[in-house]
Amino acid sequence: MADFYEKLGNIDRRIIFVLIALAVIIPIIFGMVFPNPVGAEPSRDLFNYVDSLPEGSNVLISFDYDPSTMPELQPMAEAIVLHLFQKNINIVGMALWPQGASLGQDAMSSMADSLGKVQFEDWCNLGYKTGGGVMIVRLGSSMSAVFPTDRDDVLWSEIPMLRGITSLESFSLIISLSAGDPGIIAWVMMAGDRFGVPIGGGCTAVSAPTLYTYLQTGQMVGMLGGLKGAADYETLVGITGGQAVRGMAPQSIAHIVIMLFIIIGNVAYLSQRKKGGAK
Amino acid sequence: MRLIIPLAITFTAGMLMILNFFIPHQPFRFLGENLQEWYLIVASGSIFLGVMNLMHVHFRKIKLKLKNWKYSPVTIIGFLLMLVTGLIYGVTELKPFDYLFMNMVAPMGATMFSLLAFFVASAAFRAFRASNWRATLLLTSAFLVMLGQVPVGAMIWDKIPLAKVWLMSIPNTAGQRAVMIGAAMGVVSTSLRMIFGIERSWLGGAD
Amino acid sequence: MNWEILGIWLGALVTLCLYSFLYRDNPFYKFAEHLFVGMSAGYWVIYTIENVLIPNWWLKMFPAEGGFNWVWLIPGIFALFMLARIVPKIAGLSRLSLGMIVGVGAGLSMVSFFQTNAMAQVKGTIFSVATGSAWDVFSSLVLVVGVVSGLVYFFFSKAHTGLFGKTANVGITILMVAFGASFGYTIMARISLLIGRCQFLLEDWLPTIPRLLGIGG
Repeated sequence: MADFYEKLGNIDRRIIFVLIALAVIIPIIFGMVFPNPVGAEPSRDLFNYVDSLPEGSNVLISFDYDPSTMPELQPMAEAIVLHLFQKNINIVGMALWPQGASLGQDAMSSMADSLGKVQFEDWCNLGYKTGGGVMIVRLGSSMSAVFPTDRDDVLWSEIPMLRGITSLESFSLIISLSAGDPGIIAWVMMAGDRFGVPIGGGCTAVSAPTLYTYLQTGQMVGMLGGLKGAADYETLVGITGGQAVRGMAPQSIAHIVIMLFIIIGNVAYLSQRKKGGAK
Repeated sequence: MRLIIPLAITFTAGMLMILNFFIPHQPFRFLGENLQEWYLIVASGSIFLGVMNLMHVHFRKIKLKLKNWKYSPVTIIGFLLMLVTGLIYGVTELKPFDYLFMNMVAPMGATMFSLLAFFVASAAFRAFRASNWRATLLLTSAFLVMLGQVPVGAMIWDKIPLAKVWLMSIPNTAGQRAVMIGAAMGVVSTSLRMIFGIERSWLGGAD
Repeated sequence: MNWEILGIWLGALVTLCLYSFLYRDNPFYKFAEHLFVGMSAGYWVIYTIENVLIPNWWLKMFPAEGGFNWVWLIPGIFALFMLARIVPKIAGLSRLSLGMIVGVGAGLSMVSFFQTNAMAQVKGTIFSVATGSAWDVFSSLVLVVGVVSGLVYFFFSKAHTGLFGKTANVGITILMVAFGASFGYTIMARISLLIGRCQFLLEDWLPTIPRLLGIGG
């Protein structure tokens, strides 16, 4: 029996890889979809805040991520953009990460096409700027000084929807979809606390635990954390068969498999420790 | 003298940003705003520095035929491909630059980081041990979050998601906040040391 | 040529090349890895030129209405100094640019971190004290005690003995719960990324194979 536990502890990592892959692939192949109930989560708070905004408001979305976190943040971006468009709220997009400018464009243009929204009247993409927090502070006094043109070199003055926008204070809400730094924390510091603009956001699951502190203080109005947050927003907006909701079944199975790995690893460890074989 | 000018620039820039925060009126407002706009340009220089360094490393690898040098032309060609398509067609949607990004750079970036799923599972199996009561507490907290974050948690017991929300909002917030306040104090003191020229390690070890 | 299908195949090929690393390091992985680095660097340069340098520097130095705004030469020169780092003889010039970046960053961080991550958090903790149900009171007590004891744990200028040591022990217990939550979320994040790639391979790429072979729609 001791041998068995020792062998178990030294299992080839490729076997673990195969089991993890199967845990994800099988639910996708069989089209498994688990219901995704949304409780008193911070994602509901963000949804309710966006839902309470009056028609014609301006919302800034900062796409602060890159393809490495796309599976978590792109479904969030699409669900939020859809919700804002459904509410006839104007969207101004920008990015603190260069690759976010392209991913944001993809999210906004695909949703705009399906809902008949017009670029430069209902939405626009200002593109990417370096500088992170320093740049955000400058946006607090003048948006056009930082963005003389949009992502595709169209002059600020030639974009009709930007006519009433002068600084960050022109926005009813700023939403940062953030994969790290610069991201939500920079927006909370430089835009929320300094200029008093409400901040909401979506983040990778890795950074979600830290951001709970901003929720309790009211520095953030709501938050989507990881794929669960994206699935919550898809459910609340009413997207059927959304990418994130479909991801919840493989996510569940994979979590169970990893938990079983940890339990088996600990059983092997404890049995070896009992025998005096492990420290 | 070699260090006095950079330290004077740091002091002036740092103090200007602080004054601009506490006294958002002229002349600090004008100076602060200009400095913020200049910062964008200077920070862009660092991106070019990184890219030039990358190219330098790969050209050197090819020249000296260092280990894995045969892959260096792939990096250089990939770089030139994006550079040329970007300069000719711009970043507009559905143009070659955007096409290459959406169909090559994005899948590669997403895949590169998804590899971590396998390694984190393997590491959890080998290293995550309930060796004492605090480690067991950590493990329990992780399990609760992993179950509470997915629908299967609610299927097992409908109170699991509620327990997860409480754990995240109360003990997690308390722990994260303690770390956050401690780190903020560190940032404040390090920033002051930098502005006043006490902390000079960023100058590259010269004295 | 169907550009959409070609794009899906390009994405799938590089994805499979990178996943081949799970078996062991191999030339396909190395090829894709090097390609990724090169293309990403090209992307960064183009966006910096098109979205930052042209609108925020060049067009401000040479405005559309004509003239030359010499003051914009200063940040341009500072940016150029940054590149001096790769020429050993003039590498010292890069310290001037770094000085500016460090100064602006330090000045801004000092006030912002103090305001957002220290003062606002202290205020949030004080105002969290609840008077509602017994559960609310208990929760607020856990929050306040957790924050204070966590801070005590991080205070290393006094030996962790006696009452101080006991408080620090409570602190580390709370920190363990927080780290456990972080670990749970980290697992979730990594699996989510894998799900994204599997969805691409199984739902976007695989259906193109019968289409290419002329089987089915």
